[in-house]
Amino acid sequence: MIRLKSLVLNELGKDAREDDSLAPSSVSSLVVPRKRFADAARTLKKDYALLAAEWAADETPFGRGFAVFACFRREQEYLVIKTEVPVGDATFPSLTKKYAAAYRFERQIQSLMGLTPVGNPDDRPWIKHEDWPANAWPLRKTFDAKTTMQRVPGEYRWIRAEGDGIYEIPVGPVHAGIIEPGHFRFQAMGEDVINLEEKLGYVHKGIEKRFESFSWQEAARLAGRVSGDTTVAHSLSYSRAVEALTGTVLPDRAQWLRALFLERERIANHLGDLGAICNDVAFTFLFYQFHRLKEILLRTNHHLFGHRFLMDRIVPGGVVVDIDGEGVLAITNELAWLEREYEPLVTIYDENASLEDRVRDAGVLRPEQARDLCAVGIVARASGLNLDCRVDHPFPPYDRISVNVPVLISGDAHARAWVRVEEIRESIRIIREILRTVPSDGLIVPIGDPLPDRSGFAAVEGWRGEILYWVQSGPNGEINRCMVRDPSSVNWLGLEQCIHGNIVPDFPLCNKSFNQSYSGHDL
Amino acid sequence: MIRILKHIFRTGIVTEPLPPITDPEIGKIGVQLEEAIRSRFQRSLAIRQVDAGSCNGCELEIHAINNAFYNCERFGIHFTASPRFADLLLVTGPVSHNMEIALKRTYAATPPPKIVVAVGDCGCNGGVFGESYASLGGVGKVIPVDAVIPGCPPTPTTLLQGILKAIDGKF
Ligand code: SF4
Repeated sequence: MIRLKSLVLNELGKDAREDDSLAPSSVSSLVVPRKRFADAARTLKKDYALLAAEWAADETPFGRGFAVFACFRREQEYLVIKTEVPVGDATFPSLTKKYAAAYRFERQIQSLMGLTPVGNPDDRPWIKHEDWPANAWPLRKTFDAKTTMQRVPGEYRWIRAEGDGIYEIPVGPVHAGIIEPGHFRFQAMGEDVINLEEKLGYVHKGIEKRFESFSWQEAARLAGRVSGDTTVAHSLSYSRAVEALTGTVLPDRAQWLRALFLERERIANHLGDLGAICNDVAFTFLFYQFHRLKEILLRTNHHLFGHRFLMDRIVPGGVVVDIDGEGVLAITNELAWLEREYEPLVTIYDENASLEDRVRDAGVLRPEQARDLCAVGIVARASGLNLDCRVDHPFPPYDRISVNVPVLISGDAHARAWVRVEEIRESIRIIREILRTVPSDGLIVPIGDPLPDRSGFAAVEGWRGEILYWVQSGPNGEINRCMVRDPSSVNWLGLEQCIHGNIVPDFPLCNKSFNQSYSGHDL
Repeated sequence: MIRILKHIFRTGIVTEPLPPITDPEIGKIGVQLEEAIRSRFQRSLAIRQVDAGSCNGCELEIHAINNAFYNCERFGIHFTASPRFADLLLVTGPVSHNMEIALKRTYAATPPPKIVVAVGDCGCNGGVFGESYASLGGVGKVIPVDAVIPGCPPTPTTLLQGILKAIDGKF
């Protein structure tokens, strides 16, 4: 489990030192000097590690400067590499040339924390829009969250394509359907897409900054609203990071109930997505059918646990709702009903030639592209990457549940749909196992007070994929920084790549098969 | 094809009221809604939904009023792709700084009566996101609001009720 760490220690020798301020101990952490930051990344890249996240923290409350962190993953291991950046020279070496996925993380660091990634070929702002004042860096401690943002003249430099017959289609931010806002710009020739560029950040609500004004307990509500469709997985990942930071040990029952909620969220969203994918190829029959099943699940959630999406049911220290024998029976019956209803629909999906014609070969993200972009979750598994933190980095109770991970290699819209089909089946099986096993100790324990200047890390497999939280306590044990990495932060890059060679009318389908979060990305 | 037809017949019509999961409210609101829409909007209320910064939770429930159980189309409610055809704007989220201009433009593009309904705790007052450099707070801070539908997120039933309240008393 410490292969990556040993590699970096070997390569950097005395330059790298171990950092014991990060919990849990299963995640290793090294501090390296700024000039060796990119060397560490190169070493890890050679060993096929993937970049999971890159972020910055303002450590001036501790009398230090800034810090940049990069988190790498390979099989079961997470390694966080930290480098310190002095206030007087707010720059750090870019990792973009080693890891394409660093490209947007670094633009985000530059935009929101004001640290310049030296060597990143793209200095355009990200999430921060072009009409913000250039020196507005909201994640810095010197920036007051209540500041009224001024607008300054500015223009976004879009990538252009020129030539005979090439035209541009701007879409958004207000879209035609009931979806979140974002801007897409296509360059096309006839119907063929030459290039797609995304511009996101429209729903930036200042979430990471807002965390810093909340207590650890209060902030769970915010984590549950980073991306409303993933409220369970986000509040779970946040809570686990806080529990790691405070060394809180949970009762078993709480862990198992959390998994129950997580799998129910997965099934509900996958059903919704399958319906929406079918709708985008004008197969409304399946749209209404899958959504009918989803609605029943949400009603059961409301009936048993008091909220259709299970918001605020998971808090640091445990869960706030229980399930009784009647509830167990209700879910057991519901699963039997669901299987009966679901399987015939899958057969219809599978056997319909016109549907197949649209979803196969649409929006192909090749396995090597998925790897280069460090894709996660459904998108990764549809493109040949066998990644799932329920298996790779199992958090309880998944250390006691075997999870079968479906992996396809065709990387098209069909593969992304089919991964969902299989995952619903698997989640049904997992929920049955949970209901059989759920132990009867407590639901919640108080969390301790965090020591100052420590950090906690957690990875949870939400329905879209791996969700990372990294929290850091300040000098008085308060929240100094809370880094959120939704799967969308990386997977949006995949959508841009998979669309090449497709026709414009297939974009909604490709987009839906990804179904990434805007809010979770924009924060 | 046979399979599809079989499934359709077997499923039947799930649109409520329907025991045992009936929400008695839906039928009642439905009758009133239909009445209001018939008399004031000539049987058709076109809604343009605008996400001005939400977490997507409210959108999921707005989607749900379209599903077979709530089936809002039976009351004459439908969602339109352009504000130009909209009678009503259903706006979610705290208005983010980055969406302010787009929201104002959407409002400007909507023809009268331009009914604006702010959805969710966020749409009412900024919710958990409050007011900050990035979040301007409730929808009312940016465009005039006729009615609010609180909840985090409001359930589909609450949404239908809220829409009814918003168009009731207009004209
Ligand atoms: S009201 Fe709740 S569900 Fe709606 S956008 Fe706000 S946080 Fe999300």
